Amino acid sequence: MLHLTAGHVGGLLSRRGVAAFSSSNVKMASHGHGEVTEQADMSVPMYWDRLDTPLPDRPYKDTLSSADKSLKQKEKGPWNNLSKEEKLACWYFFLIRSSVYRMTFKESFAEMKKPTGEWKTVVGGIFFFIGFTGLVVLWQRYYVYPPHPRTLDEEWQAMQVKRMLDMKVNPVEGFSAKWDYEKGQWK
Amino acid sequence: MSLPKPAMRGLLAKRLRFHLPIAFALSIVAAAAFKYAVTEPRKQAYADFYKQYDAMKEFNAMKEAGIFQSVRPSGE
Repeated sequence: MLHLTAGHVGGLLSRRGVAAFSSSNVKMASHGHGEVTEQADMSVPMYWDRLDTPLPDRPYKDTLSSADKSLKQKEKGPWNNLSKEEKLACWYFFLIRSSVYRMTFKESFAEMKKPTGEWKTVVGGIFFFIGFTGLVVLWQRYYVYPPHPRTLDEEWQAMQVKRMLDMKVNPVEGFSAKWDYEKGQWK
Repeated sequence: MSLPKPAMRGLLAKRLRFHLPIAFALSIVAAAAFKYAVTEPRKQAYADFYKQYDAMKEFNAMKEAGIFQSVRPSGE
């Protein structure tokens, strides 16, 4: 993840505005049924890690201790290093590890975009339910469907084909065109 | 940092200049292909069929086969 060339960094930094997929990592627990304590207060600015809205309403660490505050002051200085492109890669490496970055953002882009493997569950679930549906349909075939109408018997179908050929259905390019009337067989 | 300033305007126009001629050309090719692969052979097939078509002969063949209700085969 951190073997970034100078070119890549520019792309990464500018991609904060591109929506890829929204893996919402909002503080509110989506699956905490009995954990009422996890509920985030949505009446104040919230923090989130999202690709499509990359700049949250507040930085990750809200209340800064005195040590944090002095660190924030230093944030104003080193940014001048960005004038040289070749230093960008090292700088970005530094940045992701630094407290300065981590005070403002909880996860880096690379961490945010980490694949979850959720797709395997989804695809597995799809196949499972398709299989189950297959069993249901099979049961229906034996216990629900009425007997076939007689028009689907082999005999009847043969008589039907003969009648269609006698009537010369689609004689130019279609059905009867494929029948050889002299020899009495399919062409 | 001295990166060159990217193009800010005329992006759609540039894209259209490239893609529109291609789109038109491909559409015309598709239409021509369909005409010469499907419609012309079909017209020829119909022309050939009706060149040697004897309506009364066909009618009598169908009558003898017994498919009509108003005209029964000569045997009945």
